[in-house]
Amino acid sequence: MSQVQTGPAQAGPSQSGIPSRGGGTGDTVFKVLTVVAASIILAVLFFVALFLVLNSLPAMTAPAETVSGGRGFWVYVLPLVIGTLISAFIALLFATPVAILVALFISHFAPQRISKGVGYTIDLLAAIPSVVYGAWGMSFFGPALVPLYQWLAKYLGFIPIFGPGVSGLGRSLLTASLVLAVMILPIITSLCREIFVQTPTLHEEAALALGATKWEMILMTVFPFARAGIVSSVMLGLGRALGETMAIALVLSPGPLTANLLDTGNNTIPAEIALNYPEAFGLRQSELIGAGLVLFVLTFLVNMFARWIVGRYSQFSGAN
Amino acid sequence: MTQQQHLDQTLPEQPDPSRVLRTASLPQWLVWALAGAALLLALILTLAGLHVALAVVISYLVFLAAWTAISITRLGRRKGINNLWTAIVVGAFLLALLPLISVLFTVITKGVQGIMIPGFFGSDMVGVTGLQDQAAARGDAPIIGGIQHALVGTLMITLVATIISVPIGLLTSIYLVEYSSKGVFSRAITFLVDVMTGIPSIVAGLFAAAMMMGFYQATGQSIQKATMGLTAAIALSVLMIPVVVRTTEEMLRVVPNELREASYALGVRKWRTIMQVVIPTAISGIASGVTLAIARVAGETAPILVTAGVAVQTNWNPFQNWMMTLPVFIYRQLTHPTAPSQPGPSELRAWGAALVLILIVMALNGIARFIAWKFAPKKSGR
Repeated sequence: MSQVQTGPAQAGPSQSGIPSRGGGTGDTVFKVLTVVAASIILAVLFFVALFLVLNSLPAMTAPAETVSGGRGFWVYVLPLVIGTLISAFIALLFATPVAILVALFISHFAPQRISKGVGYTIDLLAAIPSVVYGAWGMSFFGPALVPLYQWLAKYLGFIPIFGPGVSGLGRSLLTASLVLAVMILPIITSLCREIFVQTPTLHEEAALALGATKWEMILMTVFPFARAGIVSSVMLGLGRALGETMAIALVLSPGPLTANLLDTGNNTIPAEIALNYPEAFGLRQSELIGAGLVLFVLTFLVNMFARWIVGRYSQFSGAN
Repeated sequence: MTQQQHLDQTLPEQPDPSRVLRTASLPQWLVWALAGAALLLALILTLAGLHVALAVVISYLVFLAAWTAISITRLGRRKGINNLWTAIVVGAFLLALLPLISVLFTVITKGVQGIMIPGFFGSDMVGVTGLQDQAAARGDAPIIGGIQHALVGTLMITLVATIISVPIGLLTSIYLVEYSSKGVFSRAITFLVDVMTGIPSIVAGLFAAAMMMGFYQATGQSIQKATMGLTAAIALSVLMIPVVVRTTEEMLRVVPNELREASYALGVRKWRTIMQVVIPTAISGIASGVTLAIARVAGETAPILVTAGVAVQTNWNPFQNWMMTLPVFIYRQLTHPTAPSQPGPSELRAWGAALVLILIVMALNGIARFIAWKFAPKKSGR
């Protein structure tokens, strides 16, 4: 996202026409070192894919009745995929509007003096380890939500997602998703803020000079400029929400897939792996690695989609 | 269009020409008075028996409605809408602060009791049994046990992960910025670093576990040996390398080209230019980026859970036996209390560990900011 592209000089002194006085070994060694380091990254990703595929093959090819649930790997993993997608989607639903508004607050509304401090405060939110969020969701936030859940179940219970039945300690998928929302909020905020402050000042001043109010100025200049950036930061938040483990493993009391968001039940891929891997061996381990592979593919697709969006819009706006 | 806007902005009863273009003509105190009234309303509703959260939501909506109504009638529709959105933006910011305050409050109030346990930093969990915890919960015995093993594990695993990832990350970004000719290889690397950034932490853990198990299987040893600190460090490196590459790359790219050219003009070799001119110029950004990366992986739980197992004794050797880290300690104490019927002492230890973990992560963040501020190159022109 850096705008500054100073494009370092490619020509070393040896190409300047002045005869070299030797000592080129250092150059060669150093260059080889950097190429090797870069190749290690290639190798690591290759091995990630290779090991995940190799270790999950036994589960994918095993006879259906030997896999957990007894109906094959894909039937086992599908509810987990759905649970993962639902929780990430709810988290985005709550986090995105708040995150964009907070980013606007920092970039355009907060007084200059405090906006830097406010930015740090939001970064502080991002720095808190996920296990702490999980512990907070489990022991404070979940129980605090129970009255709301009971109210929802009582008056909106006819909608399938609000009932019947409410988890007594609030250890439901909705709580887990809300904790996720809190966790991805600072990520989306800081990415959006970076883009919002890059809006060309001339555009903003032109809008204001034409008599636009501050909000109209934001609608006319900031949002069109930042559209691609907003989408990609939301996508990156989604990628993070999909892979988040501990918040869900600690908050959610897992169970089979249900439509009811207020009761225990449902599970996500990362939480399923974290909860079961330490005690797993043999085929069970292979199943969990297979689930991990599915998660990897899922987040990969989301990230690629984000990049594609940015690439598609970057011709039209300055954000990339 | 211009005329229309001009008409809208003209105030109904004060056609003083010097004030026509001013934006604020509602008195400054009005918004504070309304906010105060809303707070009062929230207080009254809470005292009247409503849930605090509900009372706050209701009074915020009342505040929004009143503020917008006054703005629209006094200033016109467009400015009224502007004021409405300003209030919503500020409200969103206050909403985002709530979880931060709540998390910090919870961790500090519960964690302080945890770290007050005698020997909390100097002892591990060896000999802490369910019976012991039950006695402690009844008040017959002191709470014992501590986080020494988790502190040591966090330190060793993070250290090894840093030793693995910093050279690789640094050299890769040097390749990308200084050597690559923007060809297929460097574009592939940039793309893969992006992919790596998106790897879920648990998948990184699975990869490291599967790789080390494969290694021990291939060499005919017991796969139990794969569960050790090094495996966890490899998993963390997968998460750390892309962060280091990204921040370093960004820092190297803003080093002015004139510095490199001046060095070349003095006949300095390229690698010495990089080592003695480019990197020193960018070192503050690189160091703070690395510190932030360390802070991020120090708080990771999932990859360590699947790679280093869970231990109760202090283990300084990352190449052998299971290791505990602070995040895993918190997780295990909360989900598998030492005494399942009396989780109190375990929760106390978990919150104590959470406080210590947050302090470590915050300290690392603070150090990163300090480095970035203290050792930043002097800015000239830009």
